[in-house]
Amino acid sequence: MSDATETSGPMLAADGRPLKASLNRALRRQKLRALMLIAPLLIFILVAFIAPIADMLFRSVENGIVEETLPRTVEAMDEWDADAEPVPGEEVYFALFRDMFVASEKKIHTRLGSRLNYETTGISSIFRQSGREVEDIAEIYEDQFDDLNENWTEEIFWAELMGDPDWFAEASATEDGPGPDFVLKEGMEDRLPLTTEAYLAFAEFTQTEDEDNPASENVWPLVHAMLYHDLTGDAAIDGYTGFGSEELQAAKEAVAEFEAVNYKQAFLDIDEDWGSADVMQTIKVYSPTYTPGYFLTAVDLQLNPEGVEAQPDDQAIYLKLFWRTVWMSLTITVATILLGYPVAFLLANLPMRVSSLLMILVLLPFWTSLLVRTSAWKVLLQQQGVINDVLVWSGLINEAGRLVMINNQLGTIIAMTHILLPFMILPLYSVMATIPPSFVRAAKSLGATNVTAFRRVYFPQSVPGIGAGSILVFILAIGYYITPALVGGTTGIFISNRIAYHISSSLNWGLAAALGTILLAAVLILYWAYDRIVGIDNVKLG
Amino acid sequence: MQLKTLLLGSAVASIGGMAAAQDMTFVSWGGAYQASQQKAYVEPYLADHPDMSITWDESSAEAVAKLRAMNEAGNITWDLVDVVAADAIRLCDEGLAMEIDFDEMLAEGDDGTSAEDDFGDLLVSDCFIPQIVYSTTAAYRPDLLPEGAPAPESICAMFDTETYPGKRALEQRPINNMEWALLCDGVAKEDIYDVLETEEGQDQAFAKLDTIKDDIIWWSAAAEPPQLLADGEIVMGSSYNGRWFSAIEEQDQPFEMLWDAQVFDLDGWIIPAGLPEERLEPVLDFVRFATDTQRLADQAAYISYGPARQSSAPLVGDHAELGIPMGPHMPTAPENSQNVFVYNYTWWADYRDDLDAKFQAWLAQ
Repeated sequence: MSDATETSGPMLAADGRPLKASLNRALRRQKLRALMLIAPLLIFILVAFIAPIADMLFRSVENGIVEETLPRTVEAMDEWDADAEPVPGEEVYFALFRDMFVASEKKIHTRLGSRLNYETTGISSIFRQSGREVEDIAEIYEDQFDDLNENWTEEIFWAELMGDPDWFAEASATEDGPGPDFVLKEGMEDRLPLTTEAYLAFAEFTQTEDEDNPASENVWPLVHAMLYHDLTGDAAIDGYTGFGSEELQAAKEAVAEFEAVNYKQAFLDIDEDWGSADVMQTIKVYSPTYTPGYFLTAVDLQLNPEGVEAQPDDQAIYLKLFWRTVWMSLTITVATILLGYPVAFLLANLPMRVSSLLMILVLLPFWTSLLVRTSAWKVLLQQQGVINDVLVWSGLINEAGRLVMINNQLGTIIAMTHILLPFMILPLYSVMATIPPSFVRAAKSLGATNVTAFRRVYFPQSVPGIGAGSILVFILAIGYYITPALVGGTTGIFISNRIAYHISSSLNWGLAAALGTILLAAVLILYWAYDRIVGIDNVKLG
Repeated sequence: MQLKTLLLGSAVASIGGMAAAQDMTFVSWGGAYQASQQKAYVEPYLADHPDMSITWDESSAEAVAKLRAMNEAGNITWDLVDVVAADAIRLCDEGLAMEIDFDEMLAEGDDGTSAEDDFGDLLVSDCFIPQIVYSTTAAYRPDLLPEGAPAPESICAMFDTETYPGKRALEQRPINNMEWALLCDGVAKEDIYDVLETEEGQDQAFAKLDTIKDDIIWWSAAAEPPQLLADGEIVMGSSYNGRWFSAIEEQDQPFEMLWDAQVFDLDGWIIPAGLPEERLEPVLDFVRFATDTQRLADQAAYISYGPARQSSAPLVGDHAELGIPMGPHMPTAPENSQNVFVYNYTWWADYRDDLDAKFQAWLAQ
């Protein structure tokens, strides 16, 4: 047996390789060529469509801004047990002071303020105000060092103290521009850790953002504050004999007498809300890089230190809006089927000359601006509008009983049904046009009544058109927002109106992304359900 | 090969040509307001600077979102953007607008006061250069009032459906409406924001709005209320004073203004943050020209919005086409501004998101 397999072996191609591998290679090459043909389109779709959508959806969980803006505070808050003490202690405020100082120099603190304001009202102005005032806290130390020795407010002194001698030589000779990249003097980090950190932040900001030379720019008062903490703490400057060692020694002896700042108290003086458990716990709850917060808000829940709880009734709107969007879109879809089916039937069955005229009537509104059509409905439907005028004139209703047909759900349904009707008629028509008239004739010749022939022969063949039209209309309807905004009043607006509001007005893109993701997921689920129940193979666009 | 060189050459030439003739993109609201800017300061400026050209982009309504998107994409295509003060504050907070050194970058008043003093309290944000004061105010149609009803004199007529039956149009947002509701519920003007800060105060405002909820048509575009009033859909409504002016004076509509408790608001320029030096320079030059005393006063000849500089007020003249004096139509005119409500920007910057959620929930109830 084994001999036989050995001798027969795998079949070989002309070049001596196994035929199977050779075939596979040829196939692979073919596939690759096909892929290369569609590559431009694929790449275009990926870059211009999929990637932006994915990026937008990603914002619904992304929350790096807290940790980027307040890295030390977030770290310090890890130690803080919010259950035991509602407001953290001095260490957190010390970290907050350092973070806020750097953030306010970079002017990014207000951005974080407006982010956190979505969660707790009032944070935005606390941040805006504190940005200006943390500098005053730091200046308490700056002034004291300045009184001690004016060198401490000389930028050139600081540059020589903190910088590598080679760097300093080059930087101090630079007249214009940021000069060479800052290099720290060896050992400084161990001697004055906090000061070094602050000075590095200062040097980096000065060089990259302001494009100035750290050797010729005023040093941040934060550096002085940190020097104070280094010198009162565990600064290891005794062995240091380089530039500025005398000043450091002198300062070390003097700092014991300095006026010290209680950071917690200082923040409370800026705004007493810094002592509110709400504010501090919001920062803690929203410190992770990823948050479920936006999604929770999107389904009327909220994230608290204690966990997840329901939004109070007077703020719960999103579930209601989702539900309304779905049922109204379904109503509109059904209405377009009822109105569109007879029209499509006529289009497909009337003589060519009449039907092309009819087709123009269907397409004409399709080419008219959406806003024009919506405004036209306002003219027709409003209480002093055409329809009400005709009804009053004909005596069907009296002046006091004018019908309310707009600025409510009815208005939205009527206007959107009209606007979306062509999207139902066109696929229906293209399917109906392919149904051979002989089928119905055959049914009738076999004794079916008109109704039976329609019900059992014609209608089942037109179902794929209904399916295609329904999917089209429903998916378009669920994302509409201009028409509902104009004719929907308060009860006829959709979830998309809130998404638009959060994108363009409140700038809460995270929440908008979460709402959009849910909407997208809902559409996909409905599509899947449709596929299971009706079968997507039964959908035809023509 | 030759063709390629030729094409490349012409492309390089056209890029060079573009750089020589400076083009700036300004963003504004379109319509009558943008036209007033065009006539009052853009055309005079271009006459002095024939090598410049200005392209308008009518995107002010979405400016905040678009600027953020541009900033994230790292490609800012706008040079100067016209926004309302609340948006300017948001843009400044987000770091999307440049901070302005008012005395340094803007012209002195023609009476020699520094720019900062000339604009005074209207400098509500470090990034915002105010141009005009407009107001959200009410108007009504005397012929639609029931016989014998006195002409409304106070904003509280909005809440009085017994004396003035019929629908009224209010803007679909909490701002202004909450203040008016409290004002008409007996809260003193200076206490309104303190009251509105509390849950009870907010409930009180909603309760007051509840009394007319069924009679309100909510608008989202300021052109809607004049149209609704002209159609007789409403008996009174709120809109911007410039819209009412244009309906009354330019289109001869039989409306009357109700200046009581009009809410002042501001509109002005912001410069996007991060413009390169060579683009910033012409923008600053234009802004200095366009916000000087005379130019702001000129703008009032085309639209009934008050100039933001105090020194411009005496220079306001007649309407450019109708020839009527514009002074009496300004929201800032003494007879119109007897009872004025000043929009509290910082308060709304904090409470806008929260109250908006509550307002939407209230609407949906």
